[in-house]
Amino acid sequence: MALLEVSDLRTSFYTRGGVVRAVDGVSFTLDKGETLGIVGESGSGKSVTCYSLMKLIPEPPGRIESGTAIFDGQDLLRMSARDLRKVRGNRISMIFQDPMTSLNPYLRISTQLIEALRIHRDIDKKAALNKAIAALEEVGIPGASSRVHQYPHEFSGGMRQRVMIAMALITEPDLLIADEPTTALDVTVQAQILDIIKERQERLGTAVILVTHDLGVVAGTCDKVNVMYGGKLMESGTAEQVFYDPIHPYTRSLQKTIPSLQTKGADLYTIPGLPPDVSKPINGCAFYPRCPYPKVAQPEGERPQLVENGDGHCFADCRFCDSSAPIESVLPKHDAGDVDTAQDIREGEGAA
Amino acid sequence: MFRFVTVRLLQGLLVLLAIYAVTFFLVAATPGSPFSTERAIRPEILAQIEAFYGYDKPVGERFVTSVSNALRGEFGPSAVYANRSVTDIIAESFPVSLKLGSLALGLALALGIPVGIIAAVRQNSWLDYVPMSVSMAGICLPTFVMGPLLALIFGLIFELLPVAGWFGPEYVILPALTLGLYYAAYFARLTRGGMLEMLNQDWVRTARAKGVSESTIVWKHCLKGGLIPAITFLGPALAGIISGSFVVETIFQIPGLGQWFVKGALNRDDFLILGLTVLFAALIVVMNLLVDIVQVALNPRLKYE
Repeated sequence: MALLEVSDLRTSFYTRGGVVRAVDGVSFTLDKGETLGIVGESGSGKSVTCYSLMKLIPEPPGRIESGTAIFDGQDLLRMSARDLRKVRGNRISMIFQDPMTSLNPYLRISTQLIEALRIHRDIDKKAALNKAIAALEEVGIPGASSRVHQYPHEFSGGMRQRVMIAMALITEPDLLIADEPTTALDVTVQAQILDIIKERQERLGTAVILVTHDLGVVAGTCDKVNVMYGGKLMESGTAEQVFYDPIHPYTRSLQKTIPSLQTKGADLYTIPGLPPDVSKPINGCAFYPRCPYPKVAQPEGERPQLVENGDGHCFADCRFCDSSAPIESVLPKHDAGDVDTAQDIREGEGAA
Repeated sequence: MFRFVTVRLLQGLLVLLAIYAVTFFLVAATPGSPFSTERAIRPEILAQIEAFYGYDKPVGERFVTSVSNALRGEFGPSAVYANRSVTDIIAESFPVSLKLGSLALGLALALGIPVGIIAAVRQNSWLDYVPMSVSMAGICLPTFVMGPLLALIFGLIFELLPVAGWFGPEYVILPALTLGLYYAAYFARLTRGGMLEMLNQDWVRTARAKGVSESTIVWKHCLKGGLIPAITFLGPALAGIISGSFVVETIFQIPGLGQWFVKGALNRDDFLILGLTVLFAALIVVMNLLVDIVQVALNPRLKYE
């Protein structure tokens, strides 16, 4: 049985500008010990998906419209606040994007580290503190026994994210949700933080949902990948399937934007245009205006459903573009020297 | 900590000296004299009076004498009220203002801070809207409207409380309410603002994700930071509130310190003006120091420097 089974999750925000359908019917499953990557551009709904699972969406303006999230036999979305508190920080933990603001500056690291333990486990302060020190050592913080009594402002960004990891894993949860854990960090620190998450995960057998817009991170760390766009899944499958054999035009375009996969010296590819405005109804396909493939039909009706390719590889079955050709053949050519890049981009946007 | 306090006290002393000098020379430069009266005084008598108070000497010399007296805690005689020294006047009226002020302040804190916290926690509900509208009205309503209004309701219509004078414990209630409600309104709004800022921080979300209950989030995670705006305001408010409010003391006929600020200025009572100015400035210096100490205790990112 899957550890987490999310089906048809819909979360909206009721703002003055209209109803923002941030997550619009997302389904996926996650097994014990597995790592799921959720990738997508800003505003694609990946973070809101995670916050919805923990019911951390501020209500109002947010509202979880429908769906279920069965975690170990219980629906997270229909739990009482009291029962939910017993799950949060105990069986499901979370790491947030910005370690500079995610730790309370008014409380000592020790207080914050042992908080979840003291709430969820029958443990006295002394034992909890010892566990906290051990947890800090495990994430590679030198001098943990003295640093545990310091305040967050005495730690650097990378160190704070290590503290966040230690804090999230101190109760040995079944599921860790990491919402862009490396986005706010230096490039040099990013790899270390991912390594620590990975190492701790393997040791504890924790399942991980890793939200990121860094495709390289996903390819290196995840078993399964969900690609989100405009609040819906566009493609999902194993990391190999999604990266080496992408089907949906959006995933193919995304793959093209990974700098390290391109020929050295070639212009970096960017998808022209902007992500869709999810406060307006989307006709047919959300990616249609930006799709590089030749258009064969006007987009209309419901957005395409995910279909399975036989081996667990799912993709939104789009009928508005002809995506039979490899993506290289439809992308604009950038021959060194002879193309005015700025103009090119403008034309690209004009077409969108 | 000890060093911090010592340095700040020495700095405060310098501030007091500067304030003393400015006040002294401003008063000295003001036309007229404390001894001019409506009746004509014979020049030789006037000269005798001036000699008695030291006004026959050049202003520089008077300043030096005045400062050295002040350092010993003597602010001289009142230039207007015969046989009463400035110290007498302060010693007589300051305790009255202190009593009224502490009660008013206690009321302001006891009412304003809880109301502010509740309003922030229940933002955009009637528990927020009602107290915040009332407190806005409380801030806008001057004490000279609030005072008579309370006197009218509780003193004249319901005949529960005395409306003027300073004789027994019941006489302190209406003036303390008038003064306290005004500051309570301020504290409520400042506390609400501070708490809201804390409750919207990312680390509150972190705490929720750990399974921390909402009440623990308020008390343990947000209260310290949320009180900082109110405490910053407390310093100057404290000095003002305990040194007497001229308006409230006049409305309720209370023999406090506030009236002397006005009487001293109107009567050109040079010594009284100086004494009161120094007292008020010293209160501000001490209160601000106390507030700074509390701030460091609350906010770990601040250090004694």
